[in-house]
Amino acid sequence: METLMSIIVGILFAIGMYLILSKSLLRIILGTSVIAHGSHLLIITMGGLKTGGPALLGKHFTTFVDPIPQALILTSIVINFAITAFLLVLAYRSYQVVGTENMERLRGNDNE
Amino acid sequence: MNNFVVLPLLIPLLAGLFMIIFRKNTILQRWLSVISFVLTTLVALYLLRQVFNQGIQIVNLGGWQAPFGIVFVVDMLSALLLVTTGIVSTLCVLYAFNSIGKEREGFYFYPLLQFLIVGVNGSFLTGDIFNLFVCFEVMLLSSYVLLSLGGTKLQLKETIKYVLINTLSSTLFVVAIAYLYAVVGTLNMAHLSVRVAEAGQTGFLTVVAIFFLIVFSLKAALFLYFWLPGAYSAPPPVIAAIFGALLTKVGIYALFRMFTLIFYHQPEITHILLGILAALTMVLGGLGAIAQKDIRYILSYNVIIGVGFIISGLAIFTPKAVIGAVYYLIHDMAMKALLFLLGGAIMTIVGSGKLKEMGGLIRNHPLLGWMFLIATLSLAGIPPLSGFVGKVLIIEEGLAKGGTNASFYWLAALGLFSSFLVLYSLLKIFINGFWGETLLSEDMEKGSTKGLLLPCALLVAIGIFLGVGAEWIYPYIEQAATSMLNPNIYIEAVLGEVI
Amino acid sequence: MKVNNVILQTVTKVATYIILTFAIYLFLAGHHNPGGGFIGGLVIASAVALLVLVYDVKTLKAVFPFDFKILAAVGVLIAVVTGMGSFVFGKPFLSQSFGYFNLPIFGETELATAVIFDVGVALAVLGTALSIIFTISEDISLWKH
Repeated sequence: METLMSIIVGILFAIGMYLILSKSLLRIILGTSVIAHGSHLLIITMGGLKTGGPALLGKHFTTFVDPIPQALILTSIVINFAITAFLLVLAYRSYQVVGTENMERLRGNDNE
Repeated sequence: MNNFVVLPLLIPLLAGLFMIIFRKNTILQRWLSVISFVLTTLVALYLLRQVFNQGIQIVNLGGWQAPFGIVFVVDMLSALLLVTTGIVSTLCVLYAFNSIGKEREGFYFYPLLQFLIVGVNGSFLTGDIFNLFVCFEVMLLSSYVLLSLGGTKLQLKETIKYVLINTLSSTLFVVAIAYLYAVVGTLNMAHLSVRVAEAGQTGFLTVVAIFFLIVFSLKAALFLYFWLPGAYSAPPPVIAAIFGALLTKVGIYALFRMFTLIFYHQPEITHILLGILAALTMVLGGLGAIAQKDIRYILSYNVIIGVGFIISGLAIFTPKAVIGAVYYLIHDMAMKALLFLLGGAIMTIVGSGKLKEMGGLIRNHPLLGWMFLIATLSLAGIPPLSGFVGKVLIIEEGLAKGGTNASFYWLAALGLFSSFLVLYSLLKIFINGFWGETLLSEDMEKGSTKGLLLPCALLVAIGIFLGVGAEWIYPYIEQAATSMLNPNIYIEAVLGEVI
Repeated sequence: MKVNNVILQTVTKVATYIILTFAIYLFLAGHHNPGGGFIGGLVIASAVALLVLVYDVKTLKAVFPFDFKILAAVGVLIAVVTGMGSFVFGKPFLSQSFGYFNLPIFGETELATAVIFDVGVALAVLGTALSIIFTISEDISLWKH
């Protein structure tokens, strides 16, 4: 199971990286989101999968799943959600102001 | 258990929340900002005294014991940085009153500044590596909004790049934490230190360490600084000052923690790498600084040189070098803020940051000119100003360690060389801006420096105090370095009877 | 252009109550079982999001005439102040306590300070989610015309 998940994490990272390297800003934002999800999957895999029942909830289990990775993921998802929301609004706003979402045309500054 | 430890985080948080509720009332927001930052500084000073007299102070949040719950720790390094952050933020917010403008004040500038400080102070305080990530994110999210606040074309362009780089490095941070957790099964920094020492820093752990090195290098602009000059030159000067003084320094603090508390077993790999990166940062940052012709860019590149110099102290990794690095870190926070604020004042007068468009400002603005010169000399490390002590200690130790490994001679030499580049690049601003023919008569000036020079003067005073009063500050910094180089002090304070 | 979606509107009128009830259930269950302030707040926000989709932003703004950012700030404030309550009792920040009380209708009930903290979390999540939804949808409706 862990091996399969590791491969999926790798695939997610590859997809995300491919999207980030494209020129369209929207794709880049999606790419960061995909990579972030890959990292969340990585955390849960690193904590060990299917090692037992839920912790603290009942007394029927003798082995427990490590609850810490789940807490970490929840926090990380919320942060990623906030950043993605901000990035989307920022991209929309800059599309209005700059008039493009092509990264080629977003480079440089007034000095050059 | 000492609840004072969380106050540097709680005071700005509460102040920021109140400001959001009373968004329309600018006067109240100003008062609250100053009160909150002054209170934070006072609490930080109290903590400094407490740590000095009684050792490391901790609080287990929610009463959960250390390796299981989140713990907030204040050791000497954190306390010193908290005090500096408090002072710098107070003075920057004073500067902001007369420079930031009505629109930004109406659109949550002050609450965002408070939340930024929440993130900065939280990063200095936390003893849990995932919590460090969360505090980083609090700080970064506020900085994203502060950077884009105003919504000019340049700001939006730069914010997009800044956010993307930081999002990516945060993801890498999460990945690094995941690997670390998989290997040692804990997130508490003290516990991590114990477990890593038990396991012996194997090859895999060193790889994880280098992962962290990449993450924090991106945040601290250590070699991976390409995003910095653009991002720091886009926002108004006061925001750039806060960024230049605090944001990269949090990354440096994280590097200090990581490579003194947790990954200190393989200095021949990690610390040599730090040294190489530091040397490259100093050289490339210096070349960038002398090549630029715009005040904002020159100052941004100077931030990068400072980062390289501080990290070279960590790379040398002897007690005196670490003392020098901590000393220089504190000096750099105050002086970079001062430099950006003075640069902002110059740009307010001239209306642009281009060196070509300014000249002879010393005639009408002598105080500004002399303060700029003091800041320049201080950053270049001229005694008796504040940069001197740090530079002497780091370079001396670099030369001493060069006896065992010749590459440290190079590091020390590059450190000296970078001082010349700093001096040259800043004197270029001074000579271009303040000498020569007066291009602008008093009524042609684009803005007035009314109220802008008081915070700068106070920062100059702090700079002189750091230099002249080095004897008085030294014991504090020595204690910080002692506790950094002996992880057991930290571990015993945090884990206590558990281990 | 006004889309006539009677079916959606009728279903929403009923569904919203169910969603809100479920949200409150999740919120209260959170003390000992899966659930809690975070998820409760999100479910309430999803009910409002449904309303925004079915009716339009203007109507919703008229129904909820306050600034959700303030709601979020108040939520965090409640959470932080609850945490700071432990200062008074000399306990570490964020410590919680609970006790069993005999209430008139409920009989013996467990009351915990963590619930107040959770109210704060719920309000913060609700405020944040709604201000994101309203900000984005307001702008898009402006952009269509």
